[in-house]
Amino acid sequence: MELLTIDIAHVLAGALLLTSFMLLYQDRISGLINIYTLHAVILSLSVAWQAYYQDAPHLYFTACIAAVFKALIIPFSLRRIIKRLRIHRTVEVVGGVGITMLIGIFLVALSLVVMLPATASADPLSREDIAFALAIVLLGLLMMVTRRNAVSQIIGFMSLENGLVLAAAGANGMPLVVEISVAFSILIAFIVIGIFLFRIRERFDNVDLSELDRVRGGRS
Amino acid sequence: MSSDLFLVSNALIGIPAAAAIAVALEPAYRRSAIINLCASGATFLFALVLLVVEPESGGYLFVDDLNIVFIVLSTFIGFTTSVYSASYIDHEMETGRLTTRNVRFYHAMYQSLMCAMNLALLASNIGLMWVAVEVATLTTVLMVGMYRTPHALEAAWKYFILGSVGIALALFGTILIYMAAEPVLGQGYDAMVWTTLMSQAPQFNPRMLNVAFVFLMLGYGTKVGLAPMHAWLPDAHAEGPTPISAVLSGLLLNVALYAVLRFKMLLTANAAAITPGPLMITLGLASLIMAAFMLYRRGDIKRLFAYSSIEHMGIIAFAFGMGGPLANFAGLLHMTMHSLTKSAIFFSVGHIAQAKGTQKIADIRGLTQSHPALGWSLVVGVVAIIGLPPLGIFMSEFLVVSSTFARQPLLAIPLVFGLLLAFGALLLRLTGMAFGEPSRDQGEVKASMWPVYAHLSLVLLAGIYLPSHVVTWFQNVARLLG
Repeated sequence: MELLTIDIAHVLAGALLLTSFMLLYQDRISGLINIYTLHAVILSLSVAWQAYYQDAPHLYFTACIAAVFKALIIPFSLRRIIKRLRIHRTVEVVGGVGITMLIGIFLVALSLVVMLPATASADPLSREDIAFALAIVLLGLLMMVTRRNAVSQIIGFMSLENGLVLAAAGANGMPLVVEISVAFSILIAFIVIGIFLFRIRERFDNVDLSELDRVRGGRS
Repeated sequence: MSSDLFLVSNALIGIPAAAAIAVALEPAYRRSAIINLCASGATFLFALVLLVVEPESGGYLFVDDLNIVFIVLSTFIGFTTSVYSASYIDHEMETGRLTTRNVRFYHAMYQSLMCAMNLALLASNIGLMWVAVEVATLTTVLMVGMYRTPHALEAAWKYFILGSVGIALALFGTILIYMAAEPVLGQGYDAMVWTTLMSQAPQFNPRMLNVAFVFLMLGYGTKVGLAPMHAWLPDAHAEGPTPISAVLSGLLLNVALYAVLRFKMLLTANAAAITPGPLMITLGLASLIMAAFMLYRRGDIKRLFAYSSIEHMGIIAFAFGMGGPLANFAGLLHMTMHSLTKSAIFFSVGHIAQAKGTQKIADIRGLTQSHPALGWSLVVGVVAIIGLPPLGIFMSEFLVVSSTFARQPLLAIPLVFGLLLAFGALLLRLTGMAFGEPSRDQGEVKASMWPVYAHLSLVLLAGIYLPSHVVTWFQNVARLLG
């Protein structure tokens, strides 16, 4: 029974990692939002499973935040934003999918190499969860680096943050997880409102960051 | 925790929090500036009480010798900045760059920032500290983007994304520290509280601590503005309102540094873990030399001093990385002197930009003739920041350099090289701005100069005569830092 519980936790964390890979190569913005929704749903299942396994009721609350805020509200508002910005059909140029995937695989290997020996004495459940979580964090960073569009960068950041919530939930009995996930949700809400405000003020014609580079011209 | 200390430390967080709500509800901008000022003043007075009561810990807050230094410094600069900010905001309202709604928002954010910083410094556990640093980041992002020009929004956006990645990495490090402590201290709060962490640190899994420190160093290091994670800093300083540039350089960088120092102490306590020093030394030297080169090609006065902040944070990180009583003492002194001097410089720069109507260095000339008070304050400030005697930074830089020579002579070469480079760059820019034929300007500005004078005279005083109380106090803290 113990083994089955751990296996289910690993399946969920592994699914989250796979979804991160899907985010890496998805070039349609609306498709990205769909996959991010899936990412958030898996995260909330994973956190809920941890809550059940660790018998920590406060983690159910974190799972609820993930389900309601990240899987419903954020995708909904992002969809509205990309419609307003008229980029919902945009196909983004993701340079070198093959290379990006290879780097991604390398990062996963790296996080396993770094984390597994370091956590040798820890609980087997949190041990592998934290390795998965680091991989998800690194993949999120990779996505932020490879994308030019602000919306995709934010999705990269949010997937990174999902990895952190997974790590926090996996650390046995860690206090303040709820507070931390609330603080992060506020941060993300601000980012999303931020893009929205950019548009309302009509300062930028689009939120492509190369536009921001143009604004930089003539300054040092 | 005794009831006095409990009251004081809660007041340090409660006053700014209450003031934030009060100014948010207050429509008249002059009155909200006064509330802002009074609240910051009261917070500073309460911080002074910490100097006389016996430090101890309890509840979610704790006070020890290390964070008292940071709190007194940050509440003092918070107070003087609020004085300066009142006259700055007055001018911005008259020229119509800000609206009443902006100012209301600005004051509310200012007090929230003070509250978050005090909470980060006083928090007794690593999770709460992280949350407070995150809130501090958010409030400054909002203030940086306040002018809503494309440049300001770009700066805020960049700061936001890089800052968020930084605190995300710091959170991962925080979780790892918990996981390292949990087998020893058991589940729950004990494994996140500084006092228990410090006492049990020798038994933690060293490999876990190593990985955690790398993340914490990179994460909080981003907020300190260390190269190569510094990209947000010049933009955020240049595009936001000037009081915020002063607060960013004078306070927020220190708060992030405080977090790094705490974790450094934790690693030093565990003999089997890596020594955190070399990592800090490398990042510090990289920041110093990179920023020194960058200083030569700046065209914007606020950007110039922002790079100088990166340079000095590099020196401070270097000094703390060296460790030992003397280098730590020098690091603490340098941090204090840099905060005071840099915020004084930004105070004068803000009024200079208002008087000249531009931030372009090329368009600012002959300040000592057209605006003697502002011009000479800038001259004294820059002379202080490049480390000329008899001002305080000379003394702290001298201590850093001499302690390096005594222990690691090879490291002193790049250090001195960076210092000299920065010295040349700033002196070059200063002569152009301060002397010569005055350039066209917008006439007089109503400037409140006493925050500038107060800071600079403290720096001068420290350079000439450092009271023995302060010396023993800093020596105690330096010993604590290991």
